[in-house]
Amino acid sequence: MKLTEEQVRYVAGLANLTLTEQEIHQYAHDLSDILTHIDKLNELNTDGVEPMAQVLFDAEETATLREDEPHATLSNAEALANAPISGAGYYKVPRVIER
Amino acid sequence: MQIPSLTISAVRQGLAEKRFSAVELAQEALAYAKAENPKTNAYLTISDDRALAAARGVDEKLAKGDDPGVLAGVPVGVKDVISTRGVRTTCGSKLLAHYIPPYDATAVRRLEAAGGVIIGKANCDEFAMGSSNENSAFGPVRNPVAADRVPGGSSGGSAAVVAQGTAVVSLGSDTGGSIRQPASFCGCVGVTPTYGRVSRYGLVAFASSLDHIGPFSRTVADSATLLGAIAGRDPNDATSALHPVQDYHAAMQQPLQGLRVGLPKEYFAGLANETGDRMQAGIEILKKQGCQFVDVSLPHTDWAIAAYYIICTAEVSANLSRFDGVRFTTRSSKAETLIDMYRNSRGEGFGAEAKRRIMLGAYVLSHGYYDAYYLKAQRVRSLIARDFARAFEDVDALVTPVSPFPAFKLGEKVNDPLQMYLSDIYTITGDLAGIPCMSVPCGKTAEGLPVGMQILTKHFSEDLMFRIAHQYEINGGFAA
Repeated sequence: MKLTEEQVRYVAGLANLTLTEQEIHQYAHDLSDILTHIDKLNELNTDGVEPMAQVLFDAEETATLREDEPHATLSNAEALANAPISGAGYYKVPRVIER
Repeated sequence: MQIPSLTISAVRQGLAEKRFSAVELAQEALAYAKAENPKTNAYLTISDDRALAAARGVDEKLAKGDDPGVLAGVPVGVKDVISTRGVRTTCGSKLLAHYIPPYDATAVRRLEAAGGVIIGKANCDEFAMGSSNENSAFGPVRNPVAADRVPGGSSGGSAAVVAQGTAVVSLGSDTGGSIRQPASFCGCVGVTPTYGRVSRYGLVAFASSLDHIGPFSRTVADSATLLGAIAGRDPNDATSALHPVQDYHAAMQQPLQGLRVGLPKEYFAGLANETGDRMQAGIEILKKQGCQFVDVSLPHTDWAIAAYYIICTAEVSANLSRFDGVRFTTRSSKAETLIDMYRNSRGEGFGAEAKRRIMLGAYVLSHGYYDAYYLKAQRVRSLIARDFARAFEDVDALVTPVSPFPAFKLGEKVNDPLQMYLSDIYTITGDLAGIPCMSVPCGKTAEGLPVGMQILTKHFSEDLMFRIAHQYEINGGFAA
């Protein structure tokens, strides 16, 4: 499977990543290599095989649910402490709606 | 006290005999870590205040005659993808260079409740993605055994601090081999427990269906003690298992007579090198202890890497979307619009490997490719898990190499991502199946580079895994 630079630009958009021209060139090469290896999966017939989304072991169906009881969570100040820009108790981002 | 060769039981004895206090030990361990760190770059942060506070707590308990816990006073390193309240947690990423978690991971809380003393946060590949620790934004870690070589990855720092002796034990994380491979490269013990055995709460998510927290140590007994302290159900992680935590130390004393151990032929094909020779020597030791070896087949091994790099990158692209320049991370100065803020913050902040995996994940999940890649990979994951289940109908445990080769040189493989991925062949399968697996030292090559032997057992059979590892160790296995 060969990935074009145009496809790389499209995927970078999906992933919300700004890439340099050099990176686009590099990733087209790297991802093509990896996808060529990945094509190996087509050698296997997986008809009727259940997809495995999670490691499963025997347990009662509701065993993994916790009691629904209120408990303390982070304070507003703690939640904002790592934000690059905050104010008035909120995260700040560039304007998205014009007044 | 001999900091670099301490064990948990030696610390316990020293405290009981009042040869040193927990605070004295912490002070000496912190000083030693600071002196040694320039040689390896294994710690990104040394946590003096937290270490001394924990040590004071242990001394107070001892003074009052209270039980100080199974890890009382033990110097511990914690991989920098595991959250520590008030202590910087970078994930090896420039994006989180200043991130201070507001809460502790469950594993951290439990190890401190058991008296553990966190000395510092261990360097790692960015967001735990890599096999050499060269993807850290804060520089690579050097292997304490051979300074021109990598310590392995992604938990390279966690392996190095135990190998160099600046911590008695450490916590790492493993998604495709990130505990076992660095343990093998640095010559220490590294354990990936059953998926769900240790809560992932507070482990910064990489690939949620594959992520594990697990211990590093210099002896099997010390990993067993640390795992015993952190394992068990946690309501904050819905995937954490309810199974009772076994008494690993009791199990370890049992001899190995009569155990059936499988050698998967796919893992030994093409291993005609020193790693293969060391493995044979290790197998001989287990034979002398009464293990009966049989050849088994795990027929889908060849497809594991392809399946893994679809599943893990798909999960990466979803999990790493939270790093958006708003809540935790640095923000690009070029952020005129919201979308530019996201794209530039991420583009500038993530390193090359993180971007490569995010891109691959976004691609395999994108419209028109989901069935062909993601769903296909999940079906192959089922086949790989079934291979193990079938093998364990016949044998009690499996023994394999950890890595096809010992520690390689810094820079040797960094420019060929596919070759780097392919080197994870022996470790990825255990993560896909979610079974417990560990690396134990298995002698050294002629050049003096450590080789690791992997032991794998059924889900929640850590007791048997530790038993084999411990009996192997006390019968001379580590020098095999």
